[in-house]
Amino acid sequence: MILLLALAFSISAKDTPDDGGGSITVNVYNIPEGTARIELSRLEKGDTLFKEAGLISIFKGECEDVSVIDGVEYLYRGKAIAKDTFYIAEIKGFVTSSPQWFNKSRTTVLIFLILFGSVVLTYIQLAKKNPEGLFIRKLPALDAIDEAVGRSTEMGKPVLFVPGLEAITDAGTLASLTILEKVGKKVAEYGSRVIHPNFDPIVMTTAQETLKTAFAEAGRPDAFNKDDVFYLTYEQFGFAAGVDGIMLRERPGAIFLQGYFYAESLILAETGYSIGAIQIAGTNATTQLPFFVAACDYVLLGEEMFAASAYISREPRLLGSIKGSDLAKVVLLFMIGAGVIFGTIAGIAKQGGNPAYMQIFNKMLEFLARGAK
Amino acid sequence: MSISTSIWVWMAALLTLMVYSFLYKDNPFYRLAEHIFMGLSLGYTLTILWYNYIIPRVYEPLFLPPHQWSLIFPILLGMMTFGIFSKKYSWLIKYPLAFYVGGYAGLRIPLLLQSWIIRQVEASFLTPDKFTSLMSSINAILIFAGLFATLIYFYFSKKREHGFGAAAQVGIVFIMVAFGAAFGYTVMARISLLIGRMQFLLHDWLGIM
Repeated sequence: MILLLALAFSISAKDTPDDGGGSITVNVYNIPEGTARIELSRLEKGDTLFKEAGLISIFKGECEDVSVIDGVEYLYRGKAIAKDTFYIAEIKGFVTSSPQWFNKSRTTVLIFLILFGSVVLTYIQLAKKNPEGLFIRKLPALDAIDEAVGRSTEMGKPVLFVPGLEAITDAGTLASLTILEKVGKKVAEYGSRVIHPNFDPIVMTTAQETLKTAFAEAGRPDAFNKDDVFYLTYEQFGFAAGVDGIMLRERPGAIFLQGYFYAESLILAETGYSIGAIQIAGTNATTQLPFFVAACDYVLLGEEMFAASAYISREPRLLGSIKGSDLAKVVLLFMIGAGVIFGTIAGIAKQGGNPAYMQIFNKMLEFLARGAK
Repeated sequence: MSISTSIWVWMAALLTLMVYSFLYKDNPFYRLAEHIFMGLSLGYTLTILWYNYIIPRVYEPLFLPPHQWSLIFPILLGMMTFGIFSKKYSWLIKYPLAFYVGGYAGLRIPLLLQSWIIRQVEASFLTPDKFTSLMSSINAILIFAGLFATLIYFYFSKKREHGFGAAAQVGIVFIMVAFGAAFGYTVMARISLLIGRMQFLLHDWLGIM
């Protein structure tokens, strides 16, 4: 075997940029012909022996060592192994890893966030000054709430409200609590009963408080039964089985499926349909919407849930968010429209021998793509 | 035909049949299976929480050397949630909730902005390279028109009248077509689950297949 300190074969290492630390990126250059693999080893400052640190891809010429500790200094050595020989290269000086405060690759996201955030904050301020001045169209499912609770009361049956399977951090769960307040008030006014099984304990306690407030506001605090808001289980299909059982035994006249749901959505909606209850669903889980559309009488599709909760509460923060996101949609439509027109012009100009516009257009796409990574 | 002799296979098969009996109507067998399932899942979750969270993340780092005393702060924050059980201290729950919701929103919003907005805008640009064939041209125009009409459907600041209402109607057509496709796709996946159960009953349990 011949040991060669090849000048051409070289290696460099640097702290991986735009990360949370704990990673050093190693690059190799001028990989000798016939190299089968490149072994990476590293020496920790103060140690005397190099330790294995993985393999470097021959095709990429790069590898990320994610087993390093921030602040510790390392010296890297690459060993390119060919059939009968090997080549060794070392980096110049020690290198350390550290986390970065700012991820430059997310600049596009920051720009969009500031843009949309300021629009929403402006609308929140406007809504605080004059909440009635901000128009939000009424959704048909909201009228159906009164109808469903009324029909259920006439039939002498309770109302079932299922808040989904997400925690209180989910926007859909928060919106469902606003809808619960409206349902609770109607139930209290009509002297009916609302059953509220829960998947998450924090959602349960929040729902208890929400319903308690709703019954008090309707002038029937005595009618609120805390035991009607109860915990079932933290297991998806265990919860679905439990709710199905409640549907069959309690036979509610109206069922509200409001919140974030997963694969159990169709099981719940089908069981509700089979007992003949009016079903009003609403979810921000786009993958489950088709099942609710197929099996429920009324459905709040995605963002409609948030609009409904803003419409009901007239809460400035919710109103401002809906108005802000509406404006953001207009801005996005204009952006897409402008992109389409500019892209077409750039394409025609390129065919006519002027690639300058296409270069600008590609830069624009690159800027967006950076944000999408 | 060789019926299984394993007690576990028999138990799983009988519980499967008990759950399927729900297709006829509510009955004591379904109720038994339902309560076993719920009770087991609740007990299982509690065990997982105890052994995967409380012991390794609270007890061991706090009470065994090297003691990580800094963990007292998140633990105290978490324990404030129990304030809800007392009328006097129920206000304590606001702090862990605010921390939880704020942190989650901070983590999620940039990710959603990336994947749900910026990526979609980038993909919606109609460039000449999307018109290389008749099919790709129709596809590109349909996607653009669908996006435009769907965004109008979800515009809440204007009454649905005249042209705006018509565009929203087109939007709901696109949404329903997408829902139909998703529905069919998922039903196919559910059928495969049913086939799996049938295979278990006919092969693993009864041994007739």
